[in-house]
Amino acid sequence: MLTGFIALYIFMLAAFTGYEIIGRVPSILHTPLMSGSNFVHGIVVVGALFALLNATTVTEQVIGFLGVLLGAGNAAGGYVVTERMLQMFKSSKA
Amino acid sequence: MNPSLIIDASFLVAAFLFIYGLKRMSSPVTAASGIRVAGLGMVIAVVASFLYVFNVNEAAKPHLLVNAVLGAVALAIGLGWAWTSGKKVEMTAMPQMVALYNGMGGGAAAAIGAVELFRPGAVHTTIPLVVTIIGSLIGAISLSGSVIAWAKLDGRINGTWRFTGLQAMNGTFFVATLALGLYIAFAAHGHAPAWMTAAFFVLALIFGVLMTMPIGGADMPVVISLYNAFTGLAVGFEGFVLQNPALMIAGMVVGSAGTLLTLLMAKAMNRSVSNVIFSNFGATGAEEQGEIKGSMKPIDAGDAGINMRYSSKIIIAPGYGLAVAQAQHKLYEFVKLCQEAGVEVKFAIHPVAGRMPGHMNVLLAEAGVPYDIIFDMEDINGEFKEADVAIVIGANDTVNPAARTNKSSPIYGMPILNVDMAKQVYVVKRGQGKGYSGVENELFFADNANMVYGDAQKVLVQMIQAVKSLDGGH
Repeated sequence: MLTGFIALYIFMLAAFTGYEIIGRVPSILHTPLMSGSNFVHGIVVVGALFALLNATTVTEQVIGFLGVLLGAGNAAGGYVVTERMLQMFKSSKA
Repeated sequence: MNPSLIIDASFLVAAFLFIYGLKRMSSPVTAASGIRVAGLGMVIAVVASFLYVFNVNEAAKPHLLVNAVLGAVALAIGLGWAWTSGKKVEMTAMPQMVALYNGMGGGAAAAIGAVELFRPGAVHTTIPLVVTIIGSLIGAISLSGSVIAWAKLDGRINGTWRFTGLQAMNGTFFVATLALGLYIAFAAHGHAPAWMTAAFFVLALIFGVLMTMPIGGADMPVVISLYNAFTGLAVGFEGFVLQNPALMIAGMVVGSAGTLLTLLMAKAMNRSVSNVIFSNFGATGAEEQGEIKGSMKPIDAGDAGINMRYSSKIIIAPGYGLAVAQAQHKLYEFVKLCQEAGVEVKFAIHPVAGRMPGHMNVLLAEAGVPYDIIFDMEDINGEFKEADVAIVIGANDTVNPAARTNKSSPIYGMPILNVDMAKQVYVVKRGQGKGYSGVENELFFADNANMVYGDAQKVLVQMIQAVKSLDGGH
């Protein structure tokens, strides 16, 4: 079980990781990066899927269905637009 | 093999790929591979999560087939819709699309919380319950707030809500929502009547709308970035509730990265985040402004083009207007003509050029402009005084010298591009209107500035023709 302090350790280390990654990014990449981080939290679809698979009532099924739908939209949309943007960045030396 | 072992191992791999992918995204050279690395992580996690079918709790087993089909259908619809809309969206519309996808993630996090709270007979201990409720609250605010941000940037909602007592009303609303959440957690121990739980979510959604409606369009990028961080936090919290470390790590990485990005953006606009959310920017100001001396002097587009062709160094300050006119391709064509004639050409990008930081870089990249002639404000501001010509296309507030000198101006203190220090300034502009902030620009009246009136695309075509006819005449 990821209770108490273990969870806090995970949160703390993850927060530092995010801070360190963004801190070094040149501002020309801020838009793709915002979009890329937006894609990463699309992992929420996995949690929504878990909630839906364990649903026992119609209410849970409806909410779970919506959750998976929204989460899948987040992940897929975030990926497509980020990849489209990043593919356009080219150096004049290339 | 034990399915939960495979699931756990897959999530570990996914978490690694997310962080490694984001790291690669931090340099333009490796960025494109970074998103693919992160994408691979997502595919692994989603495929592995279908192994959950072997691990559902006893009560859900009779419903498993229905639930699995529902899951597959929801995945297919969400994926299909987002994939096609993401492929179609114009680069100029990118900020609102990111807002929309982000809101969906917030909604998914809130949905996870809602399923927990609506589950009959669920045993709730205090800490996970409080985390569920906070995650749901943040996720729901992110959902409705992002939708409003999308609608505003997309031009579907015009104007802003501003009236006295608005902040007091929003504050009351927030306190009421929070109080209801706390009641569900501590008084009802997660077993509040269904209407009460539903009311909590409805209130949270309404609060997201109320919070976003008073915020002006110019501030929207900061808000989108803030909601991006919100969604990250909500996902991290719901990950804790589900005991899913992949969600916890990915959510918290984005939560902190998004928070930092929000602060960086707000700093670039010389505003604090609380100022963006709680103040009425642009509501006052215009009438307090003093008289500006001088006059606007028009110049023919062709003449301006030829002058640039014969200068030795020009710096281009593009703004959102360039992208609206879809003129970035013509601009790069003109730049190439100048480069062939031996002119040194650089692009100067203000941190908030476009609709969010870095947006202008994306728009220029779309036209094929290589990123090594594009410079950030702090790197190029010292070079304007050596430039023969600075040309401003579709930008306004980001080049307004009033930000340096005029203490009564609403944009006072915002860092600007020093285009006024170039020997000659050309301003390409449709008409004599004001910028996004509604502030008059004294640069346009300066002695060394000339106005090139017209649609940016048409102006650039005229410049290209003038230079071509010149070189062809030799």
